[in-house]
Amino acid sequence: MKYIPTIGIECHVQLSTKTKLFSEVDNDARGKEPNSCVSPVDYALPGMLPRLNGAAIRYAILAGRAMNCEINAFSRFDRKHYFYPDSPKGYQITQFYQPIIGAGYVELPSGTKIRINHAHLEGDAGKLTHFDSYSLVDLNRVDTPLIEIVSEPDIHSAHDAHDYCKELWRLMCYAGVTYGDLYNGNMRFDVNVSIAPEGSSELGTRAEVKNLNSFRSVERAVEYEISRQSKILDDGGRVIQETLGWNDASGKTTGQRSKEEAKDYRYMPEPDLPPINLSAEFVAEESAKLPMMPKDYREKFGGVIKDDILEILLDYPALMVKLGEVDNKYTVLISNLFASVLLAEEKSAEYLNDLPIAKQLADLAEMNEKKELSSTATKEVFLKMFDPQMKGKDAKVIAKELGVMQENDLGALETIVDTVLAKPETKKAQDDFRNGEEKVIGFLVGQVMKESHGKANPSAVQEILRKKLS
Amino acid sequence: MKIANSKVSAVRLVEDALKKAHDFEDYNIFTFLNDEVVLKKAREIDEKIARGEKVGKLAGVPYALKDNFLSPDGETTASAHILQGFTSPVTATAVTKLEEEGAIMIGRTNLDAFAHGSSTENSYFGPTLNSHDRERVAGGSSGGSAVAVALGIVEFATGTDTGGSIRQPASFNGVYGLKPTYGCISRYGVVAMASSTDCIGFFTKSTEDMDLLMSIASGKDSKDLTTLDDYYNNNETKKVKKIGVIKEFDNESVDKNIRDALKKKCELLKSRGYEIVELDMPALKYALAAYYIIVPAEIASNLSRYDGVRYGFRSENSKGLNELYANTRDEGFMPENKRRIMIGNFVLSSGFYDAYFLKAAKVRTLIVKEYEEAFSKCDFILTPVSPNPAFKLGEKVDDPVAMYLEDLMSVSLNLAGVPGLAIPAGKTASGLPIGLQIVGPRRSDKNLIEFANVLKEEA
Repeated sequence: MKYIPTIGIECHVQLSTKTKLFSEVDNDARGKEPNSCVSPVDYALPGMLPRLNGAAIRYAILAGRAMNCEINAFSRFDRKHYFYPDSPKGYQITQFYQPIIGAGYVELPSGTKIRINHAHLEGDAGKLTHFDSYSLVDLNRVDTPLIEIVSEPDIHSAHDAHDYCKELWRLMCYAGVTYGDLYNGNMRFDVNVSIAPEGSSELGTRAEVKNLNSFRSVERAVEYEISRQSKILDDGGRVIQETLGWNDASGKTTGQRSKEEAKDYRYMPEPDLPPINLSAEFVAEESAKLPMMPKDYREKFGGVIKDDILEILLDYPALMVKLGEVDNKYTVLISNLFASVLLAEEKSAEYLNDLPIAKQLADLAEMNEKKELSSTATKEVFLKMFDPQMKGKDAKVIAKELGVMQENDLGALETIVDTVLAKPETKKAQDDFRNGEEKVIGFLVGQVMKESHGKANPSAVQEILRKKLS
Repeated sequence: MKIANSKVSAVRLVEDALKKAHDFEDYNIFTFLNDEVVLKKAREIDEKIARGEKVGKLAGVPYALKDNFLSPDGETTASAHILQGFTSPVTATAVTKLEEEGAIMIGRTNLDAFAHGSSTENSYFGPTLNSHDRERVAGGSSGGSAVAVALGIVEFATGTDTGGSIRQPASFNGVYGLKPTYGCISRYGVVAMASSTDCIGFFTKSTEDMDLLMSIASGKDSKDLTTLDDYYNNNETKKVKKIGVIKEFDNESVDKNIRDALKKKCELLKSRGYEIVELDMPALKYALAAYYIIVPAEIASNLSRYDGVRYGFRSENSKGLNELYANTRDEGFMPENKRRIMIGNFVLSSGFYDAYFLKAAKVRTLIVKEYEEAFSKCDFILTPVSPNPAFKLGEKVDDPVAMYLEDLMSVSLNLAGVPGLAIPAGKTASGLPIGLQIVGPRRSDKNLIEFANVLKEEA
């Protein structure tokens, strides 16, 4: 039988604020000792009270606006209770009843719109590492601000699930609210999948695959779930509502716990934090700080840069910002250069940690336009710009250092041409050309290029040759 | 209060206090005596005085700290087994403010574990005895603090009041006890009982001392987002004319001695030109029920952090995580703690939240409105603090509901967030102290204290 899958996704985004959501401790624990970024508030000493990081509110507004969401004037926090050593307070502070971000939508590159139900602010949990007879607790991540983005069940294929997650990731990165490092869990996805026979008006029982941290694993997990559930229904079975984990190596989902034994979180209003009241002016002021989003770049560069190249480049927000700074007439050249680096070079992402400055790029494009650099030389200079030692150096200086500047000085070129023409081995070619064999001009240009060590401007050389041999 | 100066040394003040504390050891007032540190602190103040340097408003004043305030001096246990061994690296804002003015903490006082109780009998360290009758309870939960002031060991003591825990022991021991407006004094660094009703306050022997302490301890604190702006010291003197009495509280279930004391004060007020207004406050009869839903819910939540993982007591020989949690909490909490955790988790459970917690929250809103309405008809309200004077030790320990009923007249203030000052109002025929409370609108704390002077017999 043919089934229609219905997919809803919850996404946790770690916000890159300087300090934590409820304390003034460093929020950036990358490369730091376990339990070194922990305040008495995060550690949940008795008598400690949460403070509220205003930056997290601002980030939430940006994140919300990036997803075309309403920002709620009134929101507040609740406690979600559970016992586990990753939760020192014994509860997570979240927004269960009145979240800060209301309804909106995310538009996929294909044009499909996925509606957002809401998104709320909450504190992250700590991290446990399990050993045979004991476990270690690291509380560095406790109360790192998170927003949890809850989609409507508007997704109907593994491919769209992939695209939705990727587009969310882009939106959050462009909005500048997260480091966006998926490998380190800056964004995590919980995917709810159900299937129903085609034409059925009711949705099937859903299974939730938790804690996916790559777009690819989202896509694979959804594919796996669709086929697993289809098989169950084909065999006349019943899908049970359960929470699953994903094993990337085996490519399978595995049962964690069924909802029958699901926890009762005993939600309660957080009495230590007053509600958040946002004035329309404040929201407008903060929303105005939202930088160019992917859709803005699609509008700006659509028709100029090829769609498939643009979609590749859009994965690199800093690069798009850079591209936006370059003069329009050089857009195609520079975008092609970036695309060639991203497609061809190993570890392309590393190249992008430290991008050339806009002036370097503009100068490079100009030199190319004036034919001072061949296309090969342009790429060579471009690549050299990523060398830390070349940071901020003038494009011309780099080109000279590389010795790839084209020789456009006609006097100097003539001298080289004369040298080549004087050589006995070019004699036959000269004669052939004079006798009307047009194609040998290529050989002669090549000889001049060789003599100039590649610096000669080939079209200028050809012009001189034609003059001299006429 | 006696403050250290060139004639009376701080060392003398704290030595006296420590000596008395030891003399009254059998009252079980203190969970910790700060013998080692106090003399050093007192000497520093005396040296400053000798050098003619400026000293604080509470220079050398010995005080007692309810053992649910965090400070690095001694273990902070909240009289609970589960916190034994916990020495705090941080200091409560209120403690910092008092000590910046030179006050010296001589000891930590006994309480019902985690402030759950009305008699101090729920303490892991056993009950504190009443200052006037050793066979009776000190009241609670701040029993140790009340008795420490009543017996003259210290000039003042701190307390916390979530449903009457300052006012009731104050009235059981014949001293002043203030529960300020919610948010007047920072809760930062005070072991939380119920976040939305917890108030920090004091026990004193005079209204002047109370005013001085409030002027020091009150105010906005960036570490407690529920604190109000610094209004206390900016309060203008209020012209008081009408005093309300609550009809619903005048009934047979209230001890005759207490009803008579209230009548006597009303006569006194009339003779001094005040008008007595009778108030109908029908929603108050639901206050206790609402309180014993909202407060246990917050208690269950706030006590979740005591799991034996990071600090305090941890049960030995547990296999696995769940056993560690279960054993630690079973051995570490007192029966009353467990009772409230059970009630709290029940009313928050899925399927019961709307019927209990949400309904109680609605009742709370009604109570807030009823107080607002009452204060449109009168300036202050005068009521008993509790239906009975200090009861016998052990008399109610096996009857939790009877114990909860003792809170009948005190809890509505906490739900409404309004201030209440317990004042001494004579004694019963058998010599037990009687207390009454003056209740005012939010932010009227200073006026309440001023008005208490009018109620003194000799005024």
